[in-house]
Amino acid sequence: MSNRYELNKNLAQMLKGGVIMDVTTAEQAKIAENAGACAVMALERIPADIRTAGGVSRMSDPKMIRSIQQAVSIPVMAKVRIGHFVEAQILQAIEIDYIDESEMLSPADDTFHIDKSKFDVPFVCGAKDLGEALRRISEGASMIRTKGEPGTGDIIQAVRHMRLINQQIRHLQSLRDDELFEAAKELQVTYELAKYVQAQGKLPVVNFAAGGIATPADAALMMQLGAEGVFVGSGIFKSGNPDKRAQAIVKAVSNYNNPQILAELSEDLGEAMIGINEQEIELLMAQRGN
Amino acid sequence: MKKTIGVLAVQGAFAEHAVSLKKLNVNSIEIRQKSDLTNNHIDGIILPGGESTVMGKLLHELKLFDFLRDSIVKGLPVLGTCAGLILLAKTIVNDQNVYLGTMDIVAKRNAYGRQLGSFQADGEFADIGEVPMTFIRAPYIESASKNVKVLAQIDNHIVAAKQDNMMVTSFHPELSSDLSVHRFFLDLV
Repeated sequence: MSNRYELNKNLAQMLKGGVIMDVTTAEQAKIAENAGACAVMALERIPADIRTAGGVSRMSDPKMIRSIQQAVSIPVMAKVRIGHFVEAQILQAIEIDYIDESEMLSPADDTFHIDKSKFDVPFVCGAKDLGEALRRISEGASMIRTKGEPGTGDIIQAVRHMRLINQQIRHLQSLRDDELFEAAKELQVTYELAKYVQAQGKLPVVNFAAGGIATPADAALMMQLGAEGVFVGSGIFKSGNPDKRAQAIVKAVSNYNNPQILAELSEDLGEAMIGINEQEIELLMAQRGN
Repeated sequence: MKKTIGVLAVQGAFAEHAVSLKKLNVNSIEIRQKSDLTNNHIDGIILPGGESTVMGKLLHELKLFDFLRDSIVKGLPVLGTCAGLILLAKTIVNDQNVYLGTMDIVAKRNAYGRQLGSFQADGEFADIGEVPMTFIRAPYIESASKNVKVLAQIDNHIVAAKQDNMMVTSFHPELSSDLSVHRFFLDLV
């Protein structure tokens, strides 16, 4: 692996134990930074609004992303459509710190993801299961996140993905060496990656939770299930008191195992985002990409 | 007796430091709240890499700040890496915040730019020789008082230094399998 790929995995390591927040303006980015976000995701519309508006959603205006880069000192991430390598070239040209090849935008390609190994900037990708996570890593992703349903405020999918990935990791660890070839074939991943997971008991890159996190308790739940940090999208700026909720989620992630602190944090947060239940969703974004 | 080193664990790459310490046969405990500091004896503390804005804020909100700062002023050995260097710096040129502010250095945040400016290098480190250095959106030390000993420089910028019980690196020794920088710190403990 190249030096660049190592450096990109290293940046994800520095984000661990932190909260990455969706922001749509420089002003929101400042609020997020002051609330303790370890990075921000710059996008034109937050997922809940994308869901409501419908239509094709694309990479954000580079000018808007630049205004956020100028407003904060923490890393700035932005999203491209699955398979849209030109949007990724554009984000690399404006020196983005991390690209999210995201199912939240309309996919540009229904077969091929971006060959991320061709880029110098790092990529994070979503995964519902271990095979998907390792396929994205083969393509050059240096960070993985769950593919919880964005813009819903419903945590069920993120929980399902995190549990499944960790169950599958434990399953690989239980196998004899001569059983690993077949397991790699079933997962549709290389033997080398399956071998790494079997030996180390974890993904070769950092794994965050994303999608549907709306409360400090949601964030702590994902951390206790094995997430190394969380992305929060609509949950903050669609709530009654974004600043206070953002601060509470940051503290919940760093004290995810301490119910006493979590109880204090959960008080008086104002209204959470209303949200939509899984069964009420017409469009399941997690099914984009595999 | 085995030494015990606290690792500030409110955000960032604290687990990596614990791994390095374990390889050196040193105990480590995660410091997440004030009681972790007051209920345990520690021989030194590591402030890891991560985001200094996050850690600086959480130090206050989790009520760690005063006790930690007092301990350092009274001589608790401390190693700050990357964001940890920022937390210890008395002055940060491109940031109006000062966090613990106990070390007489002037630091520059994100001194090499964004992630595309992150790099690896091998550099001379005082009394050790060449060590691998990984810089991730790293700071450097723009200037230091006379009472600060420079330990390493890359391209004429100070990237490691020591003042009494305090040691800082702008790179990440915990990301490499080379343990010499941690060993150097443990000699101060």
